[in-house]
Amino acid sequence: MGNYKVEVLIENKPKLRDPEGETIHKELLLKGGYNMVKEVRTGKMIRIVLEAENGLEAENLVRKLCDELRIYNPLVSSLRIKLVEAS
Amino acid sequence: MKAAIIVFPGSNCELDTYHVLKNVIKDDVSLIWHTHAKSLDEFDYIILPGGFSYGDHLRAGVIAAYSPIMKEVKRQAKEGKLILGICNGFQILVEAKLLEGALLRNSSLRFICKWVNLKVENNNTPFTKRIKIPSIRLPIAHNEGRYYVDEDTLSYMNKRGRIIFRYCDDKGEVSEKSNPNGSIQNIAGVSNYEGNILGLMPHPERASEKILSPYKTDHGKLIFESMRWWLRNGNS
Repeated sequence: MGNYKVEVLIENKPKLRDPEGETIHKELLLKGGYNMVKEVRTGKMIRIVLEAENGLEAENLVRKLCDELRIYNPLVSSLRIKLVEAS
Repeated sequence: MKAAIIVFPGSNCELDTYHVLKNVIKDDVSLIWHTHAKSLDEFDYIILPGGFSYGDHLRAGVIAAYSPIMKEVKRQAKEGKLILGICNGFQILVEAKLLEGALLRNSSLRFICKWVNLKVENNNTPFTKRIKIPSIRLPIAHNEGRYYVDEDTLSYMNKRGRIIFRYCDDKGEVSEKSNPNGSIQNIAGVSNYEGNILGLMPHPERASEKILSPYKTDHGKLIFESMRWWLRNGNS
């Protein structure tokens, strides 16, 4: 068993408007002269440290707890899970 | 009638609701703390009040949706008990999957606190039976009120009369201009398919006495009176 650090990234699905991303894009980046920026989407990141047999098990456990306890709302959000550190 | 108001850490509209049910509607009301794991059989209806349960952490309503009492609320819901979720209570009902959809952050990214007009889309429900006017005035106060549901579910809900309230203007017109938060099809309140659960973002408990309304209205009372009427008379 070891400790694993897993990052969970929650984003609104593409068909849903993201007013915060739109504001950052239009009001900050475009006005600040970064005309090459085409789109900004915001999300939420949750970093979880947990004990598991290996990295794969750590990721699977995190996916399971996200699904079971509605860490994200599958109707409106997508989920990305990434193992970032093993110790 | 006996009412249960469920109180979560961070609820803040439970006493307003208590006051209206006790002193205006004159029902027998109990405040029930969310760790209560006993039966709610003795109550005629259940209210999930507004507020900021668990500080809106993670997502408004989601942590409260896993509170010990919610198992019993779900059991009561299945048995057909009337359940009303107001504001954060609506968010909790959605997160507990007792109602369809999701409540996202307002499209303005601002907390909105103002009086709105609501078109009553279906007045043949336990919550609207006594509303004899086409639209009512209630205040809203929320940051996450942008109702969303996928198109197929939305069209089914429309067909089944499950969209109960829509934001409208003074003349009762539902328009983009009268939509305060970007909700899909101006939706302000929905019920489940069986019709015994209603969730709405506006606050009827803040609009049940004329002295509290800038328009001298008490339209919020009509929702509570409808519930009481329904419990006495059923769908007749």
